[in-house]
Amino acid sequence: MFGGIDPALLLASVIVASVPIILAAIGELVVEKAGVLNLGVEGLMIMGAICGFVAAVETGNPYLGFIGGALGAAALALVFALLTQYLLTNQVATGLALTLFGLGLSSLIGQGYVGIKPPATGSVPFGPLADIPFLGKVIFSHDWVVYLSVAVVAAVWWTLKVTRIGLILRAVGESHDAAHALGYKVTRIRVMAILFGGAMAGMGGAYISLIRVPQWVDGITAGQGWIALAIVVFASWKPWRVLVGAYLFGGITVLQLNLQAAGSGIPVEYLSMAPYLITILVLVIMSSGKGRASLSAPAALGQNFHASR
Amino acid sequence: MLRLEKRPSPSVFWQRSTPILAVILTMIAGGIMFALLGKDPLVAIRTIFWDPLFGEFAFYFRGQLLVKAGPLILIALGLSLGFRAGIWNIGAEGQYIMGAIIGASVGLALFPTENRLIYPVMVIAGAFGGWAWAMIPAILKTRFNTNEILVSLLLVYVAQTILAKAATGFLRNPEGAGFPGSRNFSSYPAAGNPELIAGTGMHWGVVAAFIAVIGAYVLLQRHILGFHIKLAGQAPRAARFAGVSPNRLVVLCLGLSGALAGLAGLFEVTGPAGQITIDFNVGYGFTAIIVAFLGRLNPIGILLAGLLMALTYIGGEMASTNLGLPSAAIQAFQGMLLFFLLATDILTNFRIRLTKKEVA
Amino acid sequence: MKRRHLLATAALGLTMAFGGTAMAQDKTKACFVYVGPIGDGGWTFQHHEGALALQAAYGDKVEIAWQENVPEGADAERVLTQMALSGCDIIFTTSFGYMDATNAVAAKFPNVKFEHATGYKREHPNVSTFNARFYEGRAIQGHIAGKMTKSNKIGYIASFPIPEVIMGINSYYLHAKKVNPAVELTIIWAYTWFDPAKEADAAKAMIEQGVDVIASHTDSTAPLAEAAKTPGIIGFGQASDMAAYKPSPRVSSIIDNWAPYYVKRVGALMDGTYAQADAWEGISGGEVEIGEITEAVPAEIKAEAEAMRDAIAAGTYHPFTGPIKKQDGSEWLADGVVAPDGDLLGMGFYVEGITGDIPK
Repeated sequence: MFGGIDPALLLASVIVASVPIILAAIGELVVEKAGVLNLGVEGLMIMGAICGFVAAVETGNPYLGFIGGALGAAALALVFALLTQYLLTNQVATGLALTLFGLGLSSLIGQGYVGIKPPATGSVPFGPLADIPFLGKVIFSHDWVVYLSVAVVAAVWWTLKVTRIGLILRAVGESHDAAHALGYKVTRIRVMAILFGGAMAGMGGAYISLIRVPQWVDGITAGQGWIALAIVVFASWKPWRVLVGAYLFGGITVLQLNLQAAGSGIPVEYLSMAPYLITILVLVIMSSGKGRASLSAPAALGQNFHASR
Repeated sequence: MLRLEKRPSPSVFWQRSTPILAVILTMIAGGIMFALLGKDPLVAIRTIFWDPLFGEFAFYFRGQLLVKAGPLILIALGLSLGFRAGIWNIGAEGQYIMGAIIGASVGLALFPTENRLIYPVMVIAGAFGGWAWAMIPAILKTRFNTNEILVSLLLVYVAQTILAKAATGFLRNPEGAGFPGSRNFSSYPAAGNPELIAGTGMHWGVVAAFIAVIGAYVLLQRHILGFHIKLAGQAPRAARFAGVSPNRLVVLCLGLSGALAGLAGLFEVTGPAGQITIDFNVGYGFTAIIVAFLGRLNPIGILLAGLLMALTYIGGEMASTNLGLPSAAIQAFQGMLLFFLLATDILTNFRIRLTKKEVA
Repeated sequence: MKRRHLLATAALGLTMAFGGTAMAQDKTKACFVYVGPIGDGGWTFQHHEGALALQAAYGDKVEIAWQENVPEGADAERVLTQMALSGCDIIFTTSFGYMDATNAVAAKFPNVKFEHATGYKREHPNVSTFNARFYEGRAIQGHIAGKMTKSNKIGYIASFPIPEVIMGINSYYLHAKKVNPAVELTIIWAYTWFDPAKEADAAKAMIEQGVDVIASHTDSTAPLAEAAKTPGIIGFGQASDMAAYKPSPRVSSIIDNWAPYYVKRVGALMDGTYAQADAWEGISGGEVEIGEITEAVPAEIKAEAEAMRDAIAAGTYHPFTGPIKKQDGSEWLADGVVAPDGDLLGMGFYVEGITGDIPK
């Protein structure tokens, strides 16, 4: 019935389609692990998209574009950090305001950049590896950011699990008072986490404007930041599950378009709802099983910290 | 070295004056941005803050403030209850859409019957639509411990697809020559929600918002449920000992905020918007989250915050048309205003002290 | 009931008559309401280009103002009222969803001219409608697609199931089929006007299914960028020329050019010849422009496509000329019959040969 769909091509598309969400989500995961809820991912992503685009177009170098995107979004994340960590503003409201501000600012910056084509980013040359049947197409045919996104997930997992920095970060996110009593600089650690989250969201945004689409138009991220937020929750704050969640969501999105193209006969509106409904369904199944406790959020998530003494 | 010292109790003086301070700071920062964009900052700021209220055409815009603020206040009130109890409904936008669709469906199914009871039934249907949509995350949360942030947020996208289907399919105007969009309620008096007094902007949605402000105030101040909500948010363990059932609270808070969002959608679709269209929702459900926190989750505060947000929308539009400011600049300006409003609140709860010794 | 409005309008009339005239005498103010940001690179961008061309054409005699990102519904009504109040002489509302708002506001301001794009309601003498026959451009794209495809699979990325889009799909398919009976059309409904990432995914899904010519009815260049990654895939610019993707994959384009219409109407208003109109012009009126057909298309096919363009412009060829059957096999147009505009504007069916159903 769906004979037209080539699984290797489908998987390869899924891997590429999921990169922006993986990057943004893994950044937000670190932020939330540190006990900070930043709902401004969409604003950060779009800042990354425009700053990355401008940097790449002005320098002609796509690598500098990604650095520019990361820096631009990190700068915006710094605003969030100052407000929530030093002026102790409400994190939910500040995050939403950040999205509003980021959408506006990105559009102002981008005014002269509509309709320009950015410098191209090629695939990583894997030589003979790319010719392996199936795997060559699925795994060894992508640009460098695809591999970077997986590497970042691995690095975050390793850091959180094994290293001292990871331990401190988690402690801060579970109980800032206890962490403070142990002598850790709660505020400083959280600010660093927020900046990291911003830089990752910015890379994700730059991936959209430099590789996925690639062009600059207002509102280019079109809600991907919100999906990234949902994926962090879906992943139950576990790094590898971010990868699973993003591939699941991206996979169903790509699959539904492929099913349409292949003429599956399933009504289109059900197909377009499918990514959201199936993500919810999978989370329900995961969260209703055993080990429910391990699915819970960092205990201090969203709470502000002020050292009284 | 500057140091923050927590006040024993919030300062009433600063609570009243920080919004003014924030607006002044925004005027300065925004003025600089407008000047950089080559516009006269004084004119721009006067257009945003003064003209809608006291300008030449204020007779029209004062009413429009209510039209714009009504749904924001209604939704934000519902959300604030949940937020106080630590229940995160991020999907009011979806509940708003579903309220509008269910309510409108009831009205359109009865077209062209004229009966006084039609509108009240539609109002109930609208509230039910929002409530039912919010019950999905509520039940998943209580039965399967599924995170309500994710479920309510993703259901917004599902609701949007249903909306598109409604506008191009089952609610499409049969006399609309195949174009998308439902019948316009302004041409169906029994199901319409026109201005109650022409030119004031007052429609049933605004009335409902005012009633809801009073209702929420009484609930939080006088009712045991209000006490439970506050307790669950401030001290979850104590709440448990006090016999507050977390599940019951989840169902109540999500249901109430869903119903209010659904109501807002119904009033909007039958009144100011007039019809179901593909892009019927304009983000009230998300903006209301900001309104809820700007109002410090307090009913009176939410009323004021809703009006202030509405002012920046309407004034921003005027600045944009009259002065040729890009709408992006207005968005950034709104963002700044929110930053300052949130940031200056620190003065309410903390004293700033100069100290010699650094304290981490 | 309408007393306040009458007072308001009277007061306004006075301002216009006295205060405003000195300026209004020699300057005509044309205002534009946009549904998206000017930076969308597509629909709104092209309308704004038209507005700028209007300004350039008349220089000091015309003043333009605009408002971006205006949601359809209540907000549109407010923005229109504000524009009418602030002295606009003619207001162009550039999205289908503004239809009811345009007519409602036009009733209150009989002296202001309203021009609504892509709608059909003209309830008041001061409301005109205008649209462009984009299907004429789709016919030329279909011809190129039918000739150029090697896999005999061509694709169409559709937004929402509305007559405008269905018309484009039918025109595209008919003309591809005419030159290549073996051609098969793949349609993907994106359920969005604008979501670059999703559009890219849709193009990619098509390419993976063997489609090698892609037309799109969504606004971003994402499908072209995706096509550029695979040699041999071609596509078309949509709304704007998208010249960055010349000579391939972008082999031609449909450009929305609103400038001739804007210049014509405002000119008529200034010299007193303005009259209510229902304009639906295409290639002949300059509203639908066919972007340069690049060297990626063989000279012979290019010549045929250009001949078709010229025949449509001259009025000697109509893209929907019978015999044409509907998808279910029933007859729509008999041999030699040209489709009446009414059929096209409300088109809700596929022509014979297209597989799949229109989402309902």
